Amino acid sequence: MPLIAITDVRKRFGANEVLKGIDLDIEPGEVIAVIGKSGSGKSTLLRCVNGLEMIDGGSIMVAGAQLLPDDLHLRALRMKVGMIFQQFNLFPHLTAGRNVMLSPMVVKKTPKGEAEVIARKMLERVGLAAKFDAYPDQLSGGQQQRVAIARALAMAPIALLCDEITSALDPELVNEVLTVVGELASEGMTLMMVTHEMRFAREVCDRVVFMHQGRVHEIGPPEQVFSAPKTPELQQFLGAA
Amino acid sequence: MAYTFDFSSILDYTPVLVKGVGVTVELIGFGAVFGVALGTLCAWVRTQGPVWLRYPVSAYVEVIRNTPFLIQLFFIFFGLPSIGVSLSEMQAAILAMVVNLGAYSTEIIRAGIEATPRGQIEAGLSLAMTRVEVFRYVILKPAFQRIWPALSSQIVIVMLGSAVCSQIAAEDLTFAANFIQGRNFRAFEVYFVVTGIYLVLVLLLRQLLRTTGWAIFPKRAAR
Amino acid sequence: MTAFTTWDILRNLLLAARWTILLSLAAFIGGGVVGMLVLMMRTSRSGFLRGLSGGYIELFQGTPLLMQLFLAFFGLALLGINVPSWLAAGIALTLWSSAFLAEIWRGCVESLPKGQWEASASLAMRYTEQMRYVILPQALQVAIAPTVGFSVQVVKGTALTSIIGFVELSKAGTIITNATFQPFTVYGFVALIYFALCWPLSKSSQLLERKLNAAHRHH
Repeated sequence: MPLIAITDVRKRFGANEVLKGIDLDIEPGEVIAVIGKSGSGKSTLLRCVNGLEMIDGGSIMVAGAQLLPDDLHLRALRMKVGMIFQQFNLFPHLTAGRNVMLSPMVVKKTPKGEAEVIARKMLERVGLAAKFDAYPDQLSGGQQQRVAIARALAMAPIALLCDEITSALDPELVNEVLTVVGELASEGMTLMMVTHEMRFAREVCDRVVFMHQGRVHEIGPPEQVFSAPKTPELQQFLGAA
Repeated sequence: MAYTFDFSSILDYTPVLVKGVGVTVELIGFGAVFGVALGTLCAWVRTQGPVWLRYPVSAYVEVIRNTPFLIQLFFIFFGLPSIGVSLSEMQAAILAMVVNLGAYSTEIIRAGIEATPRGQIEAGLSLAMTRVEVFRYVILKPAFQRIWPALSSQIVIVMLGSAVCSQIAAEDLTFAANFIQGRNFRAFEVYFVVTGIYLVLVLLLRQLLRTTGWAIFPKRAAR
Repeated sequence: MTAFTTWDILRNLLLAARWTILLSLAAFIGGGVVGMLVLMMRTSRSGFLRGLSGGYIELFQGTPLLMQLFLAFFGLALLGINVPSWLAAGIALTLWSSAFLAEIWRGCVESLPKGQWEASASLAMRYTEQMRYVILPQALQVAIAPTVGFSVQVVKGTALTSIIGFVELSKAGTIITNATFQPFTVYGFVALIYFALCWPLSKSSQLLERKLNAAHRHH
């Protein structure tokens, strides 16, 4: 049974239909890369999966449970599916450690001592154990993004949604983040990543989804999608990318 | 007629002045704490609270901001007894100050809340926090940091406005001034000195607020 | 004792409100003129003038308006100068307004990008020419909303002049309350009339600010 089942999902912003019926099943442990031009709907699709955007049609099931727009269901969903943002969105008034500890303590009512242990472990996991007491503005972009990953991991999610998580980073910092993601993938984490990093997608992902004008245009394993694009749109996209 | 200044006659009334300062401090102390608390609550209502509460809160804010403090004070002290609510001078004065500062801080805090970058809220939601938890842990403190200077200014303004409480015989610094000059007939000297005391109080209050800001908020960019 | 109708109360209050409006206008306009002078001093090249105007502003912003009114009225009276309450009220409110307006306008001038000063300087303009042709016209745009916003403070400030005996709306309220023993009704009406005067000004200020922010984004 797929971990994330996206069935005929539609989404419009005003008069503009951004998602025109998306069908996608993601199996547990799969790593999916979603690629496409700006405006193709890839980020919107991702944001629908954790309820930051409400769908107008179709359905989304996560771990067998239907995604419903009420707060109780959304909260339960977000405890299972984490998100990493392009702009990191770390909480600037909290140290790295407290950023990671906050949600377990508040949402899962984890006692402070235990939350701190989890936080230290997660920061260690992303290679930032020494930065527990540092504030976000003392960290580089790559470090901030890794703290963001640790923060999402602290909730013990079954899947992670990554929305262009390296696009806002200086080139030399991209690798440290992708290394962490690669490790997560090899450990069996289910990942759905909107990305421009084609090389990473080719190396780490199980399947690549090419979106074009609100639809899944092509889908397949990376060797197939990158080396033998079937449609002219994908060929053009890869030529330009 | 040549007028000779005589400031020394004020010295005899030092205890009166001290009491006046004490009462003024009491007024702004309670006024600031409860006023800001009320303002935070109302700001929450206006940004995230139940819609049916928003109209009364807006009405409250608009009425207070568009009427003089003196009239608010008179209404509370003289007007309320006729519907059965009787308050002492201090109670009425403090209530008026809380209500007044509450309205102004509602707007100030609301601006701080609305300036929260959307990504912060989304990150909080993505971590499965409810809207209330996001408000409390992610939005509130950075919002206060953003508006601390504006809020501090408003608190100083309300402290200066507390002089008006003397009109309902709350024994604040202005009341002390009127008391003394009524006895030593040295109006100019007395008002001059008391004005100076207010200046000192303002400086101290500003410094207190600044220090409190440094203590509460880490010097981090909470943009 | 004659019974007062609600209309009697309201009518007398409205008549007194004329003086509130008059005093507000006088203080606002007077304050604007003096404020402009203070602004010039505050932004001048002379450290002395900047310090002097800075002290002036600090004085009027750091002390209660009520104290300023007392000093103007009782203080001057004892110095042998017989000051009618309306004059003391007018002078005190004018000076008070001038301090606040000068600070508001200074903020507007300083909010302009440095590039405006640099460009005009590189075109060989003198300070007065920069102010006149480049800075002030732009600062004026930004200043309209907060200046209208301050007018509300002036109207509310006139209420304090009742304490030194000037018969405007608040004083009328006190007099009528003492005559009718209906403080709830009387002060309720007083509040209503102030609200009717102030709220349109507040709203205009908000609308102007929204319009100007939209305009700024097109720069």
